Amino acid sequence: MVNLHINDIPVQAKEGTSILAAAKSAGINIPTLCFLEEINEIGACRVCVVEVEGMERCVTACNNEVKEGMRVYTHSRKARMVRKTNVKLILSQHNFQCATCVRSGNCELQKLATDLNITDMPYEIHPEEKPVNKDFPLIRDSSKCIKCMRCVQVCDKIQGMNVWDVVNTGARTTVDVAGGQTIECSDCTLCGQCIVNCPVGALRERDDVGKVLSAVEDPEKITIVQIAPAVRTAWGEELGVEREIASEKRLVGSLRKIGFDYIFDTNFSADLTIMEEGTEFLTRLPEIQEKKFPMFTSCCPGWVSFLRTKYPQYVSRLSTAKSPQQMFGAIAKTYYADMLGVDSSKIFVVSLMPCVAKKRERTLEGMDSAGTGSDVDAVLTTREVGRLLKAYYIKPETVAEEDFDGPLGVHSGAGVIFGATGGVMEAALRTAYKVVTGENPQPDMFQYVRGLEGLKEAEIDLNGTKIRIAIVSGLKNAEKLMERLDKGEVTYDFVEVMACPGGCVNGGGQPIHEGGADVVERSNVLYDLDVQNAIRFSHENPEIDACYKNFLEKPLSHKSHELLHVSYEGKH
Amino acid sequence: MSRLRIHTKDQAQVTMETLYADLERRIVASPPGLCSVDLVSSFIKMCLAQSCGKCVPCRVGLDQLVKLFESVLNGQATMETLDVIELTATTIYESADCAIGFEAARMVLKCLEGCRDDFESHIKENRCVCNSNQPVPCVALCPAGVDIPGYIALVAQERYADAVRLIRKDNPMPVVCALICEHPCENRCKRTMVDAPVNIRGMKRVAVDMAGDVPIPECAPATGKKVAVVGGGPGGLSAAYYLSLMGHQVTIYEQRKKLGGMLRYGIPNYRLPRERLDREIASILSAGIEVKTEISVGKDISMMDLKNQYDAIYIAIGAHTDKKVGMEGEDAKGVLSAVEMLREIGDDKLPDYSGKKVVVIGGGNVAMDVARSSMRLGADKVSIVYRRCKTDMTALREEIEGAEAEGCEIMELKAPVRIEKDEEGCVKSLVVQPQMISTIRGGRPSPKNANCPEENIECDLIIVAIGQGIESKSFEDFGISVKRGAIDALDSSEIADAPGIFAGGDCVSGPATVIRAIAAGKVAAANIDEYLGFHHEIVSDVDIPAPEFTDKKPCGRVELPFRDSSERKQDFEPIELSMSCEEACQEAGRCLRCDYYGYGSFRGGRVERW
Repeated sequence: MVNLHINDIPVQAKEGTSILAAAKSAGINIPTLCFLEEINEIGACRVCVVEVEGMERCVTACNNEVKEGMRVYTHSRKARMVRKTNVKLILSQHNFQCATCVRSGNCELQKLATDLNITDMPYEIHPEEKPVNKDFPLIRDSSKCIKCMRCVQVCDKIQGMNVWDVVNTGARTTVDVAGGQTIECSDCTLCGQCIVNCPVGALRERDDVGKVLSAVEDPEKITIVQIAPAVRTAWGEELGVEREIASEKRLVGSLRKIGFDYIFDTNFSADLTIMEEGTEFLTRLPEIQEKKFPMFTSCCPGWVSFLRTKYPQYVSRLSTAKSPQQMFGAIAKTYYADMLGVDSSKIFVVSLMPCVAKKRERTLEGMDSAGTGSDVDAVLTTREVGRLLKAYYIKPETVAEEDFDGPLGVHSGAGVIFGATGGVMEAALRTAYKVVTGENPQPDMFQYVRGLEGLKEAEIDLNGTKIRIAIVSGLKNAEKLMERLDKGEVTYDFVEVMACPGGCVNGGGQPIHEGGADVVERSNVLYDLDVQNAIRFSHENPEIDACYKNFLEKPLSHKSHELLHVSYEGKH
Repeated sequence: MSRLRIHTKDQAQVTMETLYADLERRIVASPPGLCSVDLVSSFIKMCLAQSCGKCVPCRVGLDQLVKLFESVLNGQATMETLDVIELTATTIYESADCAIGFEAARMVLKCLEGCRDDFESHIKENRCVCNSNQPVPCVALCPAGVDIPGYIALVAQERYADAVRLIRKDNPMPVVCALICEHPCENRCKRTMVDAPVNIRGMKRVAVDMAGDVPIPECAPATGKKVAVVGGGPGGLSAAYYLSLMGHQVTIYEQRKKLGGMLRYGIPNYRLPRERLDREIASILSAGIEVKTEISVGKDISMMDLKNQYDAIYIAIGAHTDKKVGMEGEDAKGVLSAVEMLREIGDDKLPDYSGKKVVVIGGGNVAMDVARSSMRLGADKVSIVYRRCKTDMTALREEIEGAEAEGCEIMELKAPVRIEKDEEGCVKSLVVQPQMISTIRGGRPSPKNANCPEENIECDLIIVAIGQGIESKSFEDFGISVKRGAIDALDSSEIADAPGIFAGGDCVSGPATVIRAIAAGKVAAANIDEYLGFHHEIVSDVDIPAPEFTDKKPCGRVELPFRDSSERKQDFEPIELSMSCEEACQEAGRCLRCDYYGYGSFRGGRVERW
């Protein structure tokens, strides 16, 4: 242990602790801006500067370690002056038209400027001006970029995609797409992790709220909403509402107030996905075991995009089952349109997703199987859902809980856990067990696949057949796994991959928090909902049963293939 | 009233003098990989500040150039802008009244020609081709990419054996380099911005002196692949070392009695003690390398035989043949080449030069080596004859100073014309034509004949040290491409159209430095490993101490001391001494830890494996 004084308070810290962490443990807050624990400790913004007795110059607290006998002053005159001036310098190149910024009120720079009592600017303000493409799902506004390098580091170290890079030198140093590419043509998977780690509004998703409202207001359109599992874990965060208030049923009630015609649940199509993908897996199993190469889940468009660009030779190993979002769209515009007795062109499907990549997934080839354009018409991230509700001045505290509409709102607990890493696997195993053994397992029998580790592995005995599974989240982890699979160092039968670390609950479309979101808490919301659900197995969802009986016939039927499956082989 | 006054500098002038010195050091320490357009734009701005403002081209033209450069940098320029820049600079160059203007314009024209890609990238892509991807200047400039801030930090903590282990990750000859490396790493050391570069070689010297014997890492499991290395110099030894660590079976073929190449047969004991060289070689060989000495590939064994017996071959034969001046009388008895002389010494045959007057022709490090060796062999007088000025010599400054301190005389501006012989065909004198220094060609001042008569330098021995050539003939006959005498290998060490055959070091680049040979060996080892179908990685498990943040107040650089010149010139014993632990700690503390501070903490602070 190291003994030191911070602001004359004696503090003990483990050797190797940063001054920042030691101060925090003593209840002393040192502001930071570029800092992102273990990912970006580069001391770029110089906001966390402190004074250390005996040192002539200031020291950054984020990446300097405590030393025995050190006396640190976090808010001395010099530290405060230097910190404040550095924030003013950052502001001089930042477009702080906060009133029109999506991050207003949730912006680390705005908060810093307020906290540090910055009320005047001695500098001329010259933000970097570059044209912004507002049509692409991921938008980078260089006039707001503060060059903290978090996006570069997150993309390199967590996702391993290296999409962002530092370009130019000197005063013109900035962040841009690596290799001289444009973001549209890059390998960007649209995971959105750079967005949720951006301290300001330089990175954001395309706003589709206006498009959705036009459909709501169009009397010719029947608007159908699907809510992805992870959205219900976090929508309240965007509105500053307690988790107990921000239940899934209150989200349904809130959305009804806006005027959507039907509010359904992506969990329904998650159950459908399990039926299709689970059956597909069991059908493909002999071939999988013969080739010693697994089948991959396909519900995460970030992962699918990764595989298509980095390992196109293994695209055939993806399950052909569409993602729950796309299955929902296809069913809504066929099965449900028939039930309503309307032409599918009248139906406008809105997805509420924790994800930016879903905005592109809906436009991919093959995602128009109902025959009237895209099966999903618009995708809103959880953050946009928050903005939508705010624009209607909806206060969730005052809204009553309401049920989803039927039949596409009926779902099992297996469907809801899709939003956490391991959830798809767990749901699939519950059903596969039943198919192979003829009996339902204990619903929580496979809960060892839960948890936030980047790679989880297990071997499962299905009536004598040993199944090797792996669950991966975060694309850097996916890349490591792919390398080992490619070299034949590991073999599995079934692999679940989610692009975002921790799965969709930590998706790139989720509400943003300084220092990261509480992924465990969000995941627990899903596991609680699973337990509370009377139905714990996808194959026991009565509306899934009805859908097969009345429409699809059986998993992997001709109709299923037409509507619910897609192959990326040979596609670009 | 006083008619004249003595000028004394006022406060501002004194301050400016120190700022000029600061700027000079700053330019020396310019990190690699900067934007040429941005830098030259700043240079012009400084030139403009130097302008007296009298003439139009300088006063207005440079100002316009600043704006034009800004437009390029801001992505507002078109390709036509480059024409305007060129026209403006040409006009300034042609018509400015003094050097402030025309030399500024010349820099612009030079930049425009040499860095055109940078300009075009700014104009067309609105981005620079450069970025700060070489954040640690010493590592970037070390051909072998040794983790310099890492081992300096270890020396600071007196973890000398760990320092040696860390160095060996990229350079298996830490002792040799501690003693004789030309230390390009120091050239742009960021510490120069504060005061002077860190004595990096000195730090390595302390590490190897204090570490004792450090065992090498374990080799990877045997791959069953066999590699022949032709030439047992630093390059061949380095390749052999890494290939052995990777699990390949390596055999070195060396044509001389002992391994070491130019380290043994080119560098005298007083700079690189044999006993330390032998220990370093022994530690490399402890990786399980087989050695076959006194076998000359091309004579005793053919390349074809090697090709048949081995899975891959690395040619690292160095540059060992001598070059002749090509003057009358060069065949006289008593004329020998530096290569011949140093080779004899390398095999421990020390000739007696007592009472002899020796003339050395040349101005490189080898010339200094033979001059200083001649002194030690008892010569009465040693003269180094050089065509240009002493300041133009290619030898390191400390080598020249060392030679002079030991009593060697430097005769600058003398071009050898012919050698006069006595009746027995022995050297009588060297006739030289005095030179005057003249125009600069190819970046160096060139000499021309001075208008004065030839001079006669009486002597008994003439040693020619004007460069070496490569014995590439037998490899050329085997079908390997040779260009201007050198083996034509790619920068990956591969040879086009000769799969499995690699080459590097002096035999490819021409005579260069030991660290470049080592780097070539490292590159070859990696690529031979890939060629053999493997991807072994060389890593170091040494953990690097976190930097101790302290104020980096200006502090002088500790130099390695020498034995007194009067004493050291009597023998071949090592001349350079080490520094004390106290000095080493202070010197290590001068390192600014670019691996951790500045861009290093963000990008490329450390290459942990290769």
